[in-house]
Amino acid sequence: MSLKIDQDHSRFRNIVRGKIRQNLRKYISHGELIGRKGKDLVSVPIPQIDIPRFRFGDRQQGGVGQGEGDIGDPVGGDDGQESGQGKAGQDPGEHVLEVDVTLDELAAILGEELELPDIQDKGKSKITSAKDRYTGIRRVGPESLRHFKRTYREALKRMIAAGTFRPDRPIVVPIPDDKRYRSWKTDVEPVANAVIIYMMDVSGSMGDEQKEIVRIESFWIDTWLKAQYHGLESRYIIHDAVAREVDRDTFFHTRESGGTMISSAYKLCLKMIEDDYPSSEWNIYPFHFSDGDNWSMDDTLTCVELLKSKLLPQVNMFGYGQVESPYGSGQFIKDLRELFSKEDRLITSEIRDKDAIVNSIKEFLGKGK
Amino acid sequence: MTEFALKTSLPQYLRAEQLRIEKFAREFGLDFFPIIFEILTYDQMNEIAAYGGFPNRYPHWRFGMEYEQLAKSYEYGLSKIYEMVINSNPAYAYLLEGNSLVDQKLVMAHVCAHVDFFKNNFTFRSTDLDATGRIDPVRKVEGYDPNRRWIDKMANHGSRIRRAVDRHGVSKVEEFIDQCLSLENLIDPWGPFLGRHKVPDDGDQGEIEVPRLRSKDYMESFINPEEYLEEQRKKIEEQREREKRFPERPERDVLMFLLTHAPLERWERDVLAVVREEAYYFFPQMQTKIMNEGWAVFWHSKMMTEKVLDASEIVDYADHNAGVLATSQGRLNPYKLGVELFRHIEERWNKGQFGREWEECDSLEAKKHWDLRLGLGRRKIFEVRALYSDVTFIDEFLTPEFCRDHKLFSFSWSNRNERYEIVSREFKQIKDKLLFQLTNAGNPFIYVEDGNFENRGELLLRHEHQGVDLRSDYAKETLRALVRVWKRPVSVATFSEGKPTVIRFDGREHSSRSSKASG
Repeated sequence: MSLKIDQDHSRFRNIVRGKIRQNLRKYISHGELIGRKGKDLVSVPIPQIDIPRFRFGDRQQGGVGQGEGDIGDPVGGDDGQESGQGKAGQDPGEHVLEVDVTLDELAAILGEELELPDIQDKGKSKITSAKDRYTGIRRVGPESLRHFKRTYREALKRMIAAGTFRPDRPIVVPIPDDKRYRSWKTDVEPVANAVIIYMMDVSGSMGDEQKEIVRIESFWIDTWLKAQYHGLESRYIIHDAVAREVDRDTFFHTRESGGTMISSAYKLCLKMIEDDYPSSEWNIYPFHFSDGDNWSMDDTLTCVELLKSKLLPQVNMFGYGQVESPYGSGQFIKDLRELFSKEDRLITSEIRDKDAIVNSIKEFLGKGK
Repeated sequence: MTEFALKTSLPQYLRAEQLRIEKFAREFGLDFFPIIFEILTYDQMNEIAAYGGFPNRYPHWRFGMEYEQLAKSYEYGLSKIYEMVINSNPAYAYLLEGNSLVDQKLVMAHVCAHVDFFKNNFTFRSTDLDATGRIDPVRKVEGYDPNRRWIDKMANHGSRIRRAVDRHGVSKVEEFIDQCLSLENLIDPWGPFLGRHKVPDDGDQGEIEVPRLRSKDYMESFINPEEYLEEQRKKIEEQREREKRFPERPERDVLMFLLTHAPLERWERDVLAVVREEAYYFFPQMQTKIMNEGWAVFWHSKMMTEKVLDASEIVDYADHNAGVLATSQGRLNPYKLGVELFRHIEERWNKGQFGREWEECDSLEAKKHWDLRLGLGRRKIFEVRALYSDVTFIDEFLTPEFCRDHKLFSFSWSNRNERYEIVSREFKQIKDKLLFQLTNAGNPFIYVEDGNFENRGELLLRHEHQGVDLRSDYAKETLRALVRVWKRPVSVATFSEGKPTVIRFDGREHSSRSSKASG
């Protein structure tokens, strides 16, 4: 069945997408307006959709409410507190539209915009696990799952209907027919079968801006791969002269000083893969971000050797992103390009500034690996 | 569409309920247009709701936006539409397929009261399509049966705009609709009751000849004394002075002014006219939100509990009714406020708690037990539903006792704490705030001040500042839309942080300057 509204609706969607399209670069480069809410919802407020009219400034206006509270107490309580989400929906009685875009949709938009091909599944078995959730109500079931409130209410209804309920002596006695039980549904959840291993150079030459670029880029890589694989794990490695595994938060906020031994990270990455992610069962995506100023040519050769003999045969693709820094030579990317010109699993990309992120994502993900 | 037309009629058992409920409603004295109920699936419901209740509207993305919102909140289980009824004769109302019988009955009772309100409240008289000239808001002919076939009217609007789209392309027309919608609230809600402005005649502006009262020669100096003639001459001069101005006096129906005077192409004029007519159609609903919902809740409660329900349904009914009336997070629920006020009025007039003696009584104790057993309550609320709008309703019937009993408060933004805070529980402050919000349905008062501003064919609007500034980013964008329509620079005179300001847009950039207070 088709509805008349479909036309208007798709027109609206296109405008929204158009807006996102136009602002897409802005979102990506500033990383703003993106927050995970609940499980996987992002809300992208689109204030332009609110048709401008002559209207009153909100702040001056205020209003009238109803309920408990002393003078000086906050109104509405909760939504005012949420930080960083704009002011949408704070005003009682006012509708600011937030178009909710799920991460899946966002990925679809990204994919469409950058013309990313879907990743071809390596045909690896998908592992699933089952989980029970109590979501419904039934008339039969074990006593341990009896829903007291529903049962009571059914009894009350029956007694009122039958005329046996006496308000002055309000005793409600359920009979077996009144009983209600919780019932469950089994959800099948896929277990992760893809892993992203992020590696980042945190040596002294990587500044905050470089890290911001890495953060934004990895958000979009995350989003895209999540849409492609139902379960996805992420691991994080930071390195200067030595490498160690860290959690996500530390990954983006650590700043160390010291030299750069890229091979240390690759060794740790390899160990991780060998220990936890056998390549016969896992889709593996290592990404390495650095300013390309490696300690010595010797170390670079060690890296090349590692990549050639161990890493590349096991992974779907290996991404190397080089951010520009005011210091180093940026030699590493040149070396890689020279030595791996025929290897299509190794993808290199130079990210000069925030505006270059989009192209870089396209370079990384544009091959459908 | 065809599927739509086929399956929406009411099944037999609901039809029987409808007849039963309408009979009760009439016994209670409700007086409504014939009502046509249709039963819809949830996506049809969302579609029609997105179109403001009409199955046929002109194409526009904002209906799609509405739909998305409704559909999403339905899918996520946040809300669903229980009831929808449109002001039309016959009235159309929609039931959601799959709702329980209790819900369907509740909706039917609710709808009867809404339609009674549409038919009898004076503000809705401006939606009579067969009214000519000045509309008398109060007086009604016997067997009042106006033409309010808005379903057809809206469908016609749809085809007018589709025709424009066919000729000029979607984006061009849509863009223009967007501009017009920016100006949608610049109408004069009382215009229909004032009648049309007199058409200015291009008569000669010769010597002023003061009309004299007829008199015999010897009485002339008594009947037409010099002072009188002088006074008359002045009046006429003033009148002529005014006529030179354009518009003669500040015009609140900005859309009408633009329709008449802006250099628009034919299809543009057509689009603007459609937007204006629809704005006038929807305005009374905004003016009477509290009353209308309150009235409907008042009657569905009464009818359901006293007549319609059988005992087994009462718990489910109470459950849903409580949901409708719930106030959450300190927000004012118009349903709740409206119904409580109607009940309050009924009780007061039943007990004789009105008039001078009541007002002047100082003893709280006496007031508490005041009961003259007048029994005038029912008559009073029917009168109120006919002759009041939200503003006058609140102004006259909100009492300090009511504010206290229902824990009303006023709130405003605190710059220090960056949040909305309760500022007062004083009756006067609450009432002022509420009235301000309701006045002109929460829109600022904007007038056309001068259609030939500074003798350059520019348009000057004036915002009648009443304590709250215009939101400047929105104002600027609205000026952009106005320039699109007027084709010349447009300014609006307002106040910003206490200083008189004129914001101007010349088609390329905005400028704003402070000005002397404009008259």
